[in-house]
Amino acid sequence: MNYRGPYRVRVDRKPIPVCEHVEDAVIRVTRTCVCGSDLHLYHGMVPDTRVGMTFGHEFTGVVEEVGSGVRNLAVGDHVLVPFNIACGRCHFCKQGLFGNCHEANAQATAVGGIYGYSHTAGGYDGGQAEYVRVPYADVGPCKIPETMDLDDAVLLTDVVPTGYQAAEMGGIQRGDTVVVFGAGPVGIMAARCAWLFGAGRVIVIDHVEYRLDFARRYCPAEVYNFRSIGDPVVFLKKTTDSLGADVCIDAVGGDAAGSALHTLMGTKLKLEGGSAVALHWAINSVKKGGIVSIVGVYGPTGNLIPIGNVLNKGITIRANQASVKRLLPKLIAHIEAGRLNPKELITHKVPLEEAADAYHLFSAKLDGCIKPVLVPPTARA
Amino acid sequence: MRNRPIDPSTVPGWGVDADPQNDPTYPMRDIARDDSRGMNWTRPPQQRARVEVLTSIEYNARPAVVGTSVPPRGVSGVIRRQAFRYSESQWAHWLMLMAADRVNVVEGVVDDLARGRVPNVPAEMGARAELAHNRSGLAAKLALTGAAIGLGILVTRLARAERR
Ligand SMILES: [Zn+2]
Ligand SMILES: [Zn+2]
Repeated sequence: MNYRGPYRVRVDRKPIPVCEHVEDAVIRVTRTCVCGSDLHLYHGMVPDTRVGMTFGHEFTGVVEEVGSGVRNLAVGDHVLVPFNIACGRCHFCKQGLFGNCHEANAQATAVGGIYGYSHTAGGYDGGQAEYVRVPYADVGPCKIPETMDLDDAVLLTDVVPTGYQAAEMGGIQRGDTVVVFGAGPVGIMAARCAWLFGAGRVIVIDHVEYRLDFARRYCPAEVYNFRSIGDPVVFLKKTTDSLGADVCIDAVGGDAAGSALHTLMGTKLKLEGGSAVALHWAINSVKKGGIVSIVGVYGPTGNLIPIGNVLNKGITIRANQASVKRLLPKLIAHIEAGRLNPKELITHKVPLEEAADAYHLFSAKLDGCIKPVLVPPTARA
Repeated sequence: MRNRPIDPSTVPGWGVDADPQNDPTYPMRDIARDDSRGMNWTRPPQQRARVEVLTSIEYNARPAVVGTSVPPRGVSGVIRRQAFRYSESQWAHWLMLMAADRVNVVEGVVDDLARGRVPNVPAEMGARAELAHNRSGLAAKLALTGAAIGLGILVTRLARAERR
């Protein structure tokens, strides 16, 4: 997969990656997803996304080659690879903050290293390819349990942990009302995971009907289309005795629809780090003293955030890239126990060669697309 | 808890991760494991980058492992190098990178042409998926584009007629 500019990708031949560091591995990809956050790149919203780059931070694969410093991984292992590139020993990794590693991203200190996610996230080629270079191979990759479906495994690289961590950061207590903005795969997973923490009521807000239908069945949640409820903040206040929700989760990020001002400033002129509509709604509809949890991706610099309301309402804001590795053992157990069934999110399985169509399908929200998975030719034999 | 259409206890796994001790603020600084001030962990061996890697000026030491996907080059490369003279808290840093990205798109097309390859832009934009699943939308878009071109021709003709 080869990025050529906003809304343009194609599939090209590139040299097979090699180990560039003693702790690297090279992995032959067996499954790779297109992620909602790839769409921020695809739409040209993330700075330092260079033409010629390969996207893809959600992938599973078989180890083809390991560097001389790799101990825990052997050629032939079938692994799922968390989207964070993390050294496992720095100040942040030691605290389980694998999404905030200090030894993986030269281009920025504010974000960790992420596969195929612009040079702002380190300039690594991603997994929407036949082969991918995996740094710190002893830390990230996790052997796929024998009994686990590959389609479940690939969603453990981002969607499941990000959704779970969104709910976790919300500090949900028994009986809480949780509102999730965005019915993409991560929002849907966050809504589903909110129940695991004991939520009493889960509400999902979006504007695409087929995604809301999916959320109603899968999560299961109350769903509302913000195009038909008037002002979503007023609506949410009214439905919570005018107090507001206990926890609001922003699973949208900088591509939000719903405000002409933010669309112009954030997504057209790119003068703010994306359109922050969902975050506005989350801050304004959470109760005083409530928690807003952000997992939607925003670009750097300004966002016209209603920070005055954050102060006046005493809101706790928590946000992060998911620390996938920290959560994996718990999530694997949830899947094995049948409490989570991530592969049901996959609506499209597409050959890697048709990446351009998969991107368009997902971006334009056609054909009921929730989550597309790309399968490379080398994995189809 | 009036108007609650779903009985949570029917959801598989409901409440399994509920914990009265649950710290609503994880992951927060874990002071116990915060045993150092500064970079005093055993650093991984330094990767020798075979290409130019721009580095944030906020680092004292470059991270041990770096990505080498697409090194800066051409006009966009010049702009990117300039951008990396500013810190991440400067708007200029990010705006210059965004500008470089736009220049880079043009460079990509020039590069393709130089290699004797005309980029198939409709295919790269997923025209096949559009055709298969959004025929009416596509027709509307084409009609709109056609109308815009028609209008353009009309306006230039009128302008020319005016000058004569
Ligand atoms: Zn993702
Ligand atoms: Zn680290």
